[in-house]
Amino acid sequence: MNPAYSVILFTTASGAGFGLLAWLAFSILTVPPASSAAYYVVAFGVAFAMAIGGLLSSLLHLGHPERAWRAFSQWRTSWLSREGMFAVVCLASSALLALAAIFDLHPILQRALALPVLISALGTVWCTGMIYESLTTIRAWNHWLTTEIYLVLAIASGALLMTALLALFGWFSEGAAWTTLGLLGLGAALKLFYWRGIDCAPKLSTAGSATGLGNLGQVRVLEAPHTQANFVMREMGYQVARKHALKLRRIALLLAFVVPVLAMLAALLLASGGAAFAAVLGVLSMTAGLVVERWLFFAEAQHVVTLFYGAERA
Amino acid sequence: MTALPHSTVKKLGLVIDLDTCVGCQACATSCKEWNTGGYSAPLSDIDPYGKDPHGAWLNRVHAYDVGEGASSRTVHFPRSCLHCETPACVIVCPTGASYKRADDGIVLVNPDMCIGCKLCSWACPYGAREYDPADGVMKKCTLCVDRIYNEHIPEVDRIPACVRACPTGARHFGDLGDANSDVSKLVAERGGYDLMPESGMKPVNKYLPPRARRDATTCGKAPAPEAAPMTGDGSALDRLFAFADKILSR
Repeated sequence: MNPAYSVILFTTASGAGFGLLAWLAFSILTVPPASSAAYYVVAFGVAFAMAIGGLLSSLLHLGHPERAWRAFSQWRTSWLSREGMFAVVCLASSALLALAAIFDLHPILQRALALPVLISALGTVWCTGMIYESLTTIRAWNHWLTTEIYLVLAIASGALLMTALLALFGWFSEGAAWTTLGLLGLGAALKLFYWRGIDCAPKLSTAGSATGLGNLGQVRVLEAPHTQANFVMREMGYQVARKHALKLRRIALLLAFVVPVLAMLAALLLASGGAAFAAVLGVLSMTAGLVVERWLFFAEAQHVVTLFYGAERA
Repeated sequence: MTALPHSTVKKLGLVIDLDTCVGCQACATSCKEWNTGGYSAPLSDIDPYGKDPHGAWLNRVHAYDVGEGASSRTVHFPRSCLHCETPACVIVCPTGASYKRADDGIVLVNPDMCIGCKLCSWACPYGAREYDPADGVMKKCTLCVDRIYNEHIPEVDRIPACVRACPTGARHFGDLGDANSDVSKLVAERGGYDLMPESGMKPVNKYLPPRARRDATTCGKAPAPEAAPMTGDGSALDRLFAFADKILSR
């Protein structure tokens, strides 16, 4: 699948943004951390910038961005429509929560606003994952862990962001750091399990089953229907070379998980000033790592339509 | 609405005969010609006379080499929307621009509602939907919905443009939901099949397999002896002809 940069930016940035919103809501619901108006301005500002920036970049992916409002209508069947609805509910309720937190309104009001933010932030990311997982045409995405990985990576990158923000304000939280460590470990484990799964899963469709000519023998392309690559080949035909994919997987693992884990451990050891530096380093590394991971998620995925264009199995 | 109808009154579709298709591309060009002025208009091309011409077409004719050695054969293979009974392309559409008609089963895109998110193209296993880069919306086979019910054109033309154009009669149009229709009988008689049945989309369009080969490799008889080369009787006239042949062959 063609790794469109708009979609990579959307799923990584918005994922982290909604993850951070979920953690801000969770912290307000449970034990509000040491906080100030300035902290909430910055924290909600960062979360909004990432979530909205990602959503805007996904709008660039559309042929008719001005009609995007129509995407809220088909929530009965379409995960993309559900994602859009959850995202709007989340951003609207987060705006209210941000105001309530910044102006330190009554704790009960803050908690009442935090609950819908938590649910809708997680719901948005869940729907993002389901958009991909529900496509039976792409074996690598139709894997049962696809959605769980989207959710865990969003929550983990949100937790890392929040740990860094708390440390920058001088309130480094060991609890947040340990939670981030646990989520990073879980994310890496799921991703490794997922990669193993898609490498071992049988490719059930063949050029023979796609054309129905398999009983006559091997089906080979004699002539392409067109001289230049068409939309189908440009959009669905992209595939990264296997050896590059393995190298990129190692880079993604290193940047998205190993370096942030080391950064969290360093933050726990250093505390105070050094912790903020380590955590910010972790955020930068994880951002780069998730971009590589998401690029691979697209580039490694093979669409069954490639069977009509020369692939033997998919 | 992207919710699918429980059932459709008719199942209009195509039956494509891979035995008689000669890969002339008449169906593809006729489709492009009709639909760039019809319901799907425009059907745009980018850089049509330049180095990288590409654009939206609703029908693509592949050619495959099938089988091994002396028994291998060329199969021309037109590919377009199969108007599936459970089309995933419709279900995933976030806007309701994609829909399946309850009366005749045709899968259509409303070009005024489509936002061009391309998700339907990801959901389709058959590559039937193409993004129109100039129009910014998805294009697909309409089964010439603007021809088949069109009372302003002669009755003989009220069939899809591809079927009308096919010079070998390899394309057939009709109601595949009616067991007594000509197309259904053809499918039953010739063993028509679904493409990629494991996709679960239940395509309506059917393909007729190439017939078994009838030649020396399959009939069990020795191949006919090749005709002996013509040799003359050595007469003067014969030598004259040989001389003329030599001169003319230069």
